[in-house]
Amino acid sequence: MHRDTERHKLFTRRALMLAGGKSVLMTALIGRMYYLQVIEADRYRTLADENRINLRLLAPRRGRIVDRFGLPVADNQQNYRVLLISENTRDTEYTLDVLAQIISISPAERRRTIRGIKRNRSFVPVTIRENLGWQEVSRIEVNAPDLPGIFIDVGQSRSYLYGADTAHVLGYVAAVSAKELTGDPLLELPGFRIGKAGIEKIHDKALRGSSGSSQVEVNAFGRVIRELSRNEGQPGAEVAVTLDLGLQRIISKRLEGKSASVVVIDVRTGDILSMVSTPGYDPNAFNRGLKTAEWKSLISNPMSPLINKSIAGRYPPASTFKMVVLLAALEKGVITPSTNFFCSGHIELGGSKFHCWKKHGHGMVDSKMAIAQSCDVYFYEIAKRTGIDRISAMANRLGLGVKTGIDLPGEKTGLIPTKKWKRGALDQPWHQGETLHAGIGQGYVLTTPLQLAVMTAHIANGGVAITPRLTKFVNKQVADKKNDPALLQKSLGINKAHMKLVQESMSEVVNNLVIGTAKRSRIKELGMEMAGKTGTAQVRRISKVERDGGVVKNKDLPWKERDHALFVGFAPVHDPRYAIAVVVEHGGGGSTVAAPIARDVLVAAQRRNSIGTSADTNDTNQRQHLVGTNKTIEIL
Amino acid sequence: MSRNALNTPDLTVGQKLLNIHWLFVVLLCLAASIGLAMLYSAANGNLNPWASRQFARFCVGVIVMLAIALINIQIWMRYAYLFYLITLGLLVIVEVAGNVGMGAQRWLSLGYFNLQPSELMKISLVLSLARYFHGASIDEVGRPTYLIVPLLMIALPSALVLRQPDLGTTLLLVMASGAIFFTAGVRMWKFGVFFVATIGAMPVAWQFLHEYQKLRVLTFLNPESDPLGSGYHIIQSKIALGSGGVFGKGFMQGTQGHLRFLPEMQTDFIFTMLAEEFGMMGGVGLLALYGLILVYSFAMTLRSRNQFGRLVGAGITTTFFLYVFINIAMVMGLIPVVGVPLPLISYGGTAMMTLLIGFGLLLSVWVHRDVMIGRLGGDEV
Repeated sequence: MHRDTERHKLFTRRALMLAGGKSVLMTALIGRMYYLQVIEADRYRTLADENRINLRLLAPRRGRIVDRFGLPVADNQQNYRVLLISENTRDTEYTLDVLAQIISISPAERRRTIRGIKRNRSFVPVTIRENLGWQEVSRIEVNAPDLPGIFIDVGQSRSYLYGADTAHVLGYVAAVSAKELTGDPLLELPGFRIGKAGIEKIHDKALRGSSGSSQVEVNAFGRVIRELSRNEGQPGAEVAVTLDLGLQRIISKRLEGKSASVVVIDVRTGDILSMVSTPGYDPNAFNRGLKTAEWKSLISNPMSPLINKSIAGRYPPASTFKMVVLLAALEKGVITPSTNFFCSGHIELGGSKFHCWKKHGHGMVDSKMAIAQSCDVYFYEIAKRTGIDRISAMANRLGLGVKTGIDLPGEKTGLIPTKKWKRGALDQPWHQGETLHAGIGQGYVLTTPLQLAVMTAHIANGGVAITPRLTKFVNKQVADKKNDPALLQKSLGINKAHMKLVQESMSEVVNNLVIGTAKRSRIKELGMEMAGKTGTAQVRRISKVERDGGVVKNKDLPWKERDHALFVGFAPVHDPRYAIAVVVEHGGGGSTVAAPIARDVLVAAQRRNSIGTSADTNDTNQRQHLVGTNKTIEIL
Repeated sequence: MSRNALNTPDLTVGQKLLNIHWLFVVLLCLAASIGLAMLYSAANGNLNPWASRQFARFCVGVIVMLAIALINIQIWMRYAYLFYLITLGLLVIVEVAGNVGMGAQRWLSLGYFNLQPSELMKISLVLSLARYFHGASIDEVGRPTYLIVPLLMIALPSALVLRQPDLGTTLLLVMASGAIFFTAGVRMWKFGVFFVATIGAMPVAWQFLHEYQKLRVLTFLNPESDPLGSGYHIIQSKIALGSGGVFGKGFMQGTQGHLRFLPEMQTDFIFTMLAEEFGMMGGVGLLALYGLILVYSFAMTLRSRNQFGRLVGAGITTTFFLYVFINIAMVMGLIPVVGVPLPLISYGGTAMMTLLIGFGLLLSVWVHRDVMIGRLGGDEV
């Protein structure tokens, strides 16, 4: 009894100590709870939200690109895809078998699908096939009850309705490359495309629009439980280009098989009505993703289909440069319009002979006749008297050797040599012989077809400065007339009388049925007559031996050594509206190859004008007519 | 030696029933109800699969608990060693022929239910140690040689459970036994020696830990080292707790739990779910309820006029406390992950049954608080 009392006391003491210990530990638990749930609560709340909330970007619809009449050139096509959610199927393999009886599924697609199913969780949709036809979509929809877990999804993919015809102007969209990532999460969206060239690149931001977002709650396995909020983005803006799609297609057809460039420009506004570079490429292929073989064939093609020759091809302007030389000489006053020179077929300078294209000479020629017959000796004479720097200054004023400022990426400057340039670039003094070469647009002189078109437009409009442009408006925001750069007309400061003389001379080239170098390409339709200037750019040196024995004909030379055929012109001659530059790489003579193309194009342009395309029309029937069917193109 | 316990002239069955500490039973039911509510929430507002089954188990458990409470404390004392030997035998059978589940060999399949001898051992060990120390005078307890037998009593089952391997239960066995040693009056310095020896043995023990156990300890030391692997559970648990804040996200509104970021939320991590949905208020509230249960257990224990009853009380109370502490400290990242359920709340029948049997014994101690038992088992009059 006594002993037990003692044990009881000891027990009580010890039990109290134990209870004390337990209280301390319980307090520790509460302390920890306080730390986690009060002090650190905000941090953990954020972490919990990061766990469960996923922000999913919604890609905006890319803006359309339309031509000057509102006809769509680049649009978004609905891309129908068939997907499978494996957890909704009773038996994935069986479902695929059933589907394979309805639409064709290649073994590779099937393998990819099975792999996708294995790699993802069972609720993640796996794409079986893309770009389904309407037939296939309806067949799947009809059989939907037999295809649990199969569904159709609609995506957007860029489509260039006229493929290669507009490829170089519009450019293309393609998957974002690693170095193009800016941190904008939109760019990291799978399947997102950005403009890589042309208008698609220049106006990429506007066309792209802004992304929307969808906040979704996901569970630990990534399954979406519900959408918490949704913010639809802003679809991309519509961009209208100045191209006349119908004309563009006519030109594209006309240049088929040639490595060539044609630029048609409105001389009053600078609007580029057509800009064609052949051969083209299919921009849709870039969007889809090029196969290695396709890429290799594009890259190895000697006609460089990927290059927009209109702005990036650099060619000696040859005789099309003679207007520049004449204007420079007239401005300096070394000649008057009636000054004559005698052409014996060549002149001599410092012991070298400089030949005229006409072996036995043109006899006495004045400025107008010199242009009409393209007499080289006349231009040797006036170039020698004017000097290279003055010629260059005039060339720059007319738009050569400087960037035209067109709204396309990748424009080349070309080259208009000066004495200073030669010292700087080649560390050599200028020789007078080089001035003579430059006088007939050879030697160092290099221009782009667009520059030639701008130069011609400047001549045709009597010396009003224009900046070529391809963007008509962005998102229907018609440029305010007062702010329209195309209408801020500034004179180039070239004597009007001289301009008039040059215009008349160019008319002689085509319309003088006796001596005009391009007389065979005359436009006979009344009121549509054109003026122009041929050019044949030599790409190889002709030795004395060859010259004496007769110059080898172009058709007997390998393609790469043949002359470039050039032609610049405008129409109608009495009230110029259209200026054109034609360059056919290694095409032969300017008068035989380039001039007929220019004639066909200018006739087409003026006919389209006469049926009312100059006014922006909303009449769908007429629009359809304007695009031109293949039939109307063949007639031309 | 003793009178027939069931026919104690002092108390009839009716008196015993009246004597049961009903407030304590109500507290247990309250805790179980909270558990059922959490299981209902864990199943996204469904009684199935957890809440309904848990309720049935609890009902059975309560009946077993009350039955145990009515049995004379002397009966329990008389058969304490027998129970111990039977349980030890079962542990050996598990070792030889047990079913393997979750990488450990823990249970015997007995048709209707699975028997985990290691759980029974938590009770049997308390009973037999209590009986042993009941017969010891203060002087005897002071003798080191006197402690050899009880130490062996602990060592045998501990070794067997550790081999299963079940570190959590082993620790629970050792610590609950420690509480009985302590309250029985074993000298303080001996605990000091034990403590030092344990620390010294740790590097050696480390070698014997299984890979996953080592990983758990390492993860505990730095959970962020492997956030998607072994550290995942504890990180997600802390996020759930912390994001609950003071007032919680609301019943059935816990995002971490319902979106399945929280693993095992119906069993070991159920406290996390409660604290996420009811915040610190809910967590502290539950701790207060547990505290109240502990206070009453303690009071009932102290009131006993026999050493056996007191020691059983201390052992059961400590076991209960250890469940609570280890589980909650684990889910809050205070100690390494140890598979110990939250008593009366986590889903699972075995732990529930163990606890209710234990509380039945505790109630028996209370009902028979005035029974005096001689050192050698006879009535002390």
